[in-house]
Amino acid sequence: MTQPIKTMGESTDAVPPPIRETSRFKNALQELKKAPLTAKFGLLVISAYIFVALFAPLIAPYGESQIVGPEYEPWGHFVLGTDNLGRDMLTRLIYGARNTVGIAFVTTLFAFFIGGSAGIFAAILGGWVDSVFSRIVDILMAIPQLIFALLLLTIFGTSIPVLIGIIAVLDSTRVFRLARAVSQNVVVMDYVEVARLRGERIGWITLREVLPNITAPLVAEFGMRFCFVFLLIAGLSFLGLGLQPPTADWGSMVRDNATLISYGDITPLLPAAAIALLTVGTNFVVDWFLHKTSGLKS
Amino acid sequence: MGTILKLIAKRLATGLVVLWLVSLIIFSGLEFLPGDLAQEILGQSATPESLAAFRKELGLDQPMHTRYLKWLGGVFHGDFGKSLSNQRQISELIGVRFANTMFLASLAAIIAVPIALTLGILAALYRNTFFDRLINVLTLSSISFPEFFIAYILIYLFSVKINFFPSLANISPDTPLWDRVYICLLPAMTLTLVVVAHMMRLTRASIINLLASPYIEMAKLKGLKKARIILYHALPNALAPIINVVVLNLAYLIVGVVIVEVVFVYPGLGQLIVDSVQKRDMPVVQACSLIFAATYVLLNLTADILSIITNPRMLYPK
Repeated sequence: MTQPIKTMGESTDAVPPPIRETSRFKNALQELKKAPLTAKFGLLVISAYIFVALFAPLIAPYGESQIVGPEYEPWGHFVLGTDNLGRDMLTRLIYGARNTVGIAFVTTLFAFFIGGSAGIFAAILGGWVDSVFSRIVDILMAIPQLIFALLLLTIFGTSIPVLIGIIAVLDSTRVFRLARAVSQNVVVMDYVEVARLRGERIGWITLREVLPNITAPLVAEFGMRFCFVFLLIAGLSFLGLGLQPPTADWGSMVRDNATLISYGDITPLLPAAAIALLTVGTNFVVDWFLHKTSGLKS
Repeated sequence: MGTILKLIAKRLATGLVVLWLVSLIIFSGLEFLPGDLAQEILGQSATPESLAAFRKELGLDQPMHTRYLKWLGGVFHGDFGKSLSNQRQISELIGVRFANTMFLASLAAIIAVPIALTLGILAALYRNTFFDRLINVLTLSSISFPEFFIAYILIYLFSVKINFFPSLANISPDTPLWDRVYICLLPAMTLTLVVVAHMMRLTRASIINLLASPYIEMAKLKGLKKARIILYHALPNALAPIINVVVLNLAYLIVGVVIVEVVFVYPGLGQLIVDSVQKRDMPVVQACSLIFAATYVLLNLTADILSIITNPRMLYPK
């Protein structure tokens, strides 16, 4: 706690503040206070989901695929009733946060790793590397994502690693386009030229020169891509082609219990609402973040 | 006029190349199947002799490029081969379903496009008012909803609660047109809600962009009414980007139809491809993917060409 010394001193502006992390943290807190209501709501939703996903086994009243009673039990004894196999709905919902969101998150990370590095390399190297990468991406993007995913799932079968791999590759094309476009603006800067003349390797230029200058758009894109991937995986699971039983997953929960809707029971809508709430929240935060970063730059 | 034709010809040529590459990718999918088609159909217990005979019958003993050319030739004649699961001609399976899917997509487009354009123009006109913000939040939310969520909410509201529309969109080739429209209204409304948001946001953005230009300010200074400025001064120039957005969203509709068809058990191409993926019926999946991808590529191509044509600056090159 070196706070008193810093606040007592008169000419602190001559010396940079010693603890940069705290001031950065304070700034972030201040920004957060000024954030619009929608963004606060989004952040609240995201943190709630992370909490539930991390502590699922502690929160959930039963085991993930434990059969606890008769099928389609109404709300009451089991808080949200039971599903088509007599498993506790609330438990499945809680575990779904872990499985569905977790897999979407991992997939997005992979997509960013593949697409981001390829995009930055293409921008730095230029020439034939750039055109080869760009042409491949053009072709991959010519086929609609869902249809391509369906085709590939037929070939490789449905399992979690295959699902993650296919969607990460398909989605990395979008990341590539953005990463390439924003890096191209950075690559022409003098300091990159200097680094090149200094004889730095491509790894250094990527990580130390280009990446720090394109984090803002990439972070915003990460939020948006996460939403897309999340919706795509949920959609595939809904079609019976994503996460396979008995893994608790929001998309397949909707599918398995959909018959209840025709009896006026809205339970099957809950997992769908859980998906919608997270994407809405993320979109609100991304919207605010984009507004913030574009405002700061100009 | 010469340059514009040249531009269009160039776009058409690249479009054809893309289509060809797409067909190549879809075809080569079969090559990566573990085991081969003959094994897949005849099962594990087949004798080597019958396998060999069957391979010959399917033409699997020929090299890949001959088979590709044969397949492509067949596709041009509307012959996609036979389904693995029930041995029927794929073209028979596809014909009616393709028409059904197109019907649903066009019905959705007819509803969605006017709504999106009106809302977009209104939001641009009343920019930064409560109305604009409300629309912004609503559209952002509807982009974030999974299609099946919207579909089931609509089913819950309109077919369970007030029993107004059927929850299953079951049509046959001899259903009269008006019954078809009535039955398909709920799926079409779902698709509408999915695409309107995006179309409307882009319409708003392109009009706001235009409203910042000097000639609009001039019109304002002349004392023209707001409606007149938007309709006569801004809209004609916003046409190119708006047409682009509309066609791109039609392309999106074609794909979005897959999940909606499954929810409403609608006998379309989307339902067929999902069933076939579950059965791992590769030839049918290939045929459906090819049709979906080709429609998508062609619509994107149309968007590009339309935006070239509607851009007045292209007509008078410097």
